[in-house]
This record gives sequence, structure tokens and C-alpha cells, in this order.
Amino acid sequence: MPANRFNNFTNYGIGIGLRVPHYQHILSRKPTVDWFEIISENFMVDAGRPLHVLDQILEQYRVVQHGVAMYLGSTDGLDREHLRRLKRLVKRTNTPWLSDHLCWGSVDGRYTHDLLPLPYTFAAASHVAQRIREVRDYLEVPILVENVSSYAEFCASEMSEWEFLSEVVEKADAGILLDVNNIYVSSQNHNFNPYDYLNHIPHDRVGQVHIAGHSKFEKYILDTHDHPVLDPVWKMYAHATRLTGPTATLLEWDDRIPSFDEVHCEALKAGKFCKELLPQTVQAV
Amino acid sequence: MQPDPRGVKKLRAIQRAFATGIMRPLASGHRMQSKWTDGTSSRRVVAEFIKPNDRLTSFERLEIYNKQYWFRLLDSLHEDFPGLRTLIGEDRFYDLSVAYLTKHPSDSFTLRDLGRHLEKYLAKEPRWTAPHHALARDIVRLEWAHIVAFDGEAFPPLEIDALLDGGDPAQLKLGVQPCITFLACAYPVDDFILAVRRREEPRGEASNAMNERIKRKAPKKLARPRPEKIWLAVHRSNNAVYYKRLEEPAYLICSALQKGLPLQAACERALRRRKTGPDFGAKLQGWFAQWASFGWFYR
Repeated sequence: MPANRFNNFTNYGIGIGLRVPHYQHILSRKPTVDWFEIISENFMVDAGRPLHVLDQILEQYRVVQHGVAMYLGSTDGLDREHLRRLKRLVKRTNTPWLSDHLCWGSVDGRYTHDLLPLPYTFAAASHVAQRIREVRDYLEVPILVENVSSYAEFCASEMSEWEFLSEVVEKADAGILLDVNNIYVSSQNHNFNPYDYLNHIPHDRVGQVHIAGHSKFEKYILDTHDHPVLDPVWKMYAHATRLTGPTATLLEWDDRIPSFDEVHCEALKAGKFCKELLPQTVQAV
Repeated sequence: MQPDPRGVKKLRAIQRAFATGIMRPLASGHRMQSKWTDGTSSRRVVAEFIKPNDRLTSFERLEIYNKQYWFRLLDSLHEDFPGLRTLIGEDRFYDLSVAYLTKHPSDSFTLRDLGRHLEKYLAKEPRWTAPHHALARDIVRLEWAHIVAFDGEAFPPLEIDALLDGGDPAQLKLGVQPCITFLACAYPVDDFILAVRRREEPRGEASNAMNERIKRKAPKKLARPRPEKIWLAVHRSNNAVYYKRLEEPAYLICSALQKGLPLQAACERALRRRKTGPDFGAKLQGWFAQWASFGWFYR
């Protein structure tokens, strides 16, 4: 399932996040990279340096948009100004698909700027699914929803997180951006087996995968994106790849960002995993 | 299938409770407040909608989000207003930021807009910047203008020839690029801000998780500017932000054009307000040639 309708029948390989500290290196050295993922909101501006840099990147590389502020689970109306700007950017980048998170982040017009978890209820799933359909109809590009890492669970939840994710994407007929690190972080914080998660989602809907590093604290794990990918996450990634087929994969490294070469080298490990593990038989762990 | 309105209403109630908890200022030791907004126990209220686990109480789980909210937003203001922070000091700036964000929670999808109400807030709450309120106001206006100039809207600019061929000056209206701000300041805050920015290293992009308030070394003190009237254009050229000093008549003309006055009326306004010498006509031509070369005008 490397190419499917959720990633617009593309096979993008291994990408990395486009980040400010690497701009100069990328523009001057023009390293070979399969694709870059951009944070949409960083470029949903009217003009200036961000768009100037983006246009130079677009001349050389394939770019995919990843959002952090659509808040598909919010109960406020969809932010039309946000969507208008997003559509303008979609036209600029020609992104083959667009992703954002299965979360909420604003209520009563106040924005938390965080990716907050939803209660896993059937009503919430229907609500989110309807909004995803609205967004897709407006933006005219396939939408992938990403599972978030979380530190709290709701009393109101009626199902597991993977059941909720499945319910949402089936109802919305949307794709999944599978964040393997987020599953690991949440599994440690909420005491579930991360392989149950991987085994029970609709694998044919996975259009992209995220990998990243995290930080361990005394009583919980935080999704910090400031480390290399840790071993348990690589093992989960290998398992996910067996289930989904080699899928466009993106390494997120957002804080304490090392050199471009170090980030790129870490990302390319994902490609080796895919090649080594593909011949093996798919087995649930 | 349409979502169940009752289910969405319940979801909204949960989101309101969650947001109430995380958007309240942190108590001492960066802990979540022990009392809820109605004075009852936060632990009891939070336990009604958040499950505990074997390591954390419901309160402690929501507290993680409470900390992340504040650390992220405080860090954003910290980065956007280095001049104000330098003027009033790190601790006072921290307290001001908490008070400001409590009064003006973010109302935009982007953190870029977080400080857009700060000037008005300080006008109503001068205690935060006393006894340097006028200086602080100038600094905040310039720092917000910098944000606008960095990525604000700009249209294809008019060349000088097209500008001169515009027809009757009494009728001619020139659009001034929306990303430009013209400021009349009581202090030379441009030099001050440039000095502040030079000594501060740019911050890397932060991840979504903010597990601690970012700690920075206290920078060396800078001398406070002495009063001196200046007029500034905060503009963008080749994707870099510049602070250009203007003479007062030039400021009057530009700000009048930005308000929509025709060219002739804008120039007459400057002549009325300031005495000008015999060479003013030539000076005016030189100004417009320079401003057009900067791409300040559009039609």
C-alpha cells in the first residue's frame, strides 16, 4: 500500500521537516532529499521571507503540508480565515495530500495553541468526521488525520483511541497519518499495548507515517521531538511498515535541532528498516 | 450522518472545562491552581472529567497541559517583545505577560498575532511600565510594527515613472503597502531595539511539547534612551525588516497617504504643519523617488 488514494497515489519515500535552522544549508548545498514536510501555519502569511524561502524550496523539492491549527475536533465553527489561507497555500505548494491532527485546540474563540486530546465518544467521532469532510470539500485535496500523543484520558470515553481513530476515518473516508512515536508515548502514559493500536487500525488508509524522539520523565513521557528516534519506536515502525507496506515517512525534529546532516541521517534509517524488514512475514506482536 | 447535537453539546462542555483549567495562570512552583474558578476544589472538578492513572491524579494529568499552555505562550511573547522585556526586566515582563494573556487569550490560529492587543492593554494598565510608560509604548508599537513588516501583505509596487504619470495630484491616491507602519515616537527606540536584537540569539523552533519554562541568561543592561522625537517607517525590503528614520514632513505625508488622502492633500498637510524651506519641492521629489524605489506604493 505505498501509494493509495489518501496520499494521492504517490510514493514519496523518506522526508524531513523543513525547519528554519536548516534553510541556509538546504538553499546553498541543495542536498538530495525525497521530500520536505512544512508546517502549513508557518507559511500561511501574506508575504515576506517565509514565502520567499518556500518558493525557492518548491523550485527544487517536493513539499507536503502538515498543519497544527485546524483543530478538527473543536466545537467552534471552522475558522474560515484559516481555511482561506490554507487553500491559498495548497495552490502554491501543490501538496499531494494535507494532514492535521485528530485533536481540538480552541473553544469559544480562544486558542490554546496545543493539540488537545478528544474524549473517545461516538458523538465526537461523528462531529470530527463531518468537519473533515467539509475541509476536504473546500480544500480539494486528500486529508490525513494524525493521532496525537496525550497525557490525559476522559471519563466520557466510550472506546479505545485506535477504535476512535478508525471510527473517524471510516466515517469521513479520510486517510491516516500514523505517528508511531505518538502511539508509543500515549501507550506508556495510558498503559496500553502499542501493538494493539498498530494491529487494529485500517492499514489501507495509512498515507503517511511520522517518527520522532521523546523524553521520559518520572511519571510520564512527553512528546518533545528533540531526540533521535528511540529503539521501541523503531521496532514499532518496523511492525507498522510490515502492516501498511512502505509508506511515505517523515522524521520530526523540532527542538534542539542538530545539523541538517544529522537529522537527515536519522531519517534515512527508516529507509533501511523498510528494506530489511519487508521480506518478513506479517505477524501481530 | 449528522452528529448528534446533544453529543456535540457534551463535547463542548468538556472542552470548556478543559480550557478553563489549562488557561488559568499557574500557581507558585508552576503548579495548577488548587481552587477552581468557583472557589471549589480543582481536584474534585477535574476528577469529574479526567481519569487518573496508576502514577498521576486527574489534577496532575491536566496540570501537564496547564504548564504547556503557559510555557508556550509566554515563550512566544518573550521572543516577540525583547525591547519591552529589556526595559522593564525579565521578572516584571513575565508577570505582565501572564496578566496580559489572562485578559487577552489568543484569538487567532497563529501565535504571530499574540501581541496585537499589547499596546492597548498597556495604555489601560500603565502600572506595568511605570515610570517609563511613554518609552514602553513606543517600544511596543515598534516591536508590533516589526512583526507586521516581517510577513505583512504587500502588493506589486509602483515604479517612480508610473507614480509620476498618475494624473491630477489633487485626485491621485497612492496605496501604501499594508506591511509598512509609520510611527511618531518620543524616544529613539529604533536604536534601542536594534541594540537589543543584536545581543539576543534567535531562538530555534520549539516543539509542541513545552516541558519547562525556557531559561535564559539575564542580558547585560542597556542604557535607557533619552527623550528625542523621531519619525520612523518600519518597512520590508528584499525580505528584511528595516527601520527608516524620516523627517517630520515626510512622516506626515506618508501617514496621510496611508490614511487614504490624495497626494496633493497629503503634501499640503505636511506644509501646513511644518515650516519648509525653498528647496522643499526638490526634497519632496527626492523622497518620492526613494520611497518608490523601496516599493512603498501600489495602485
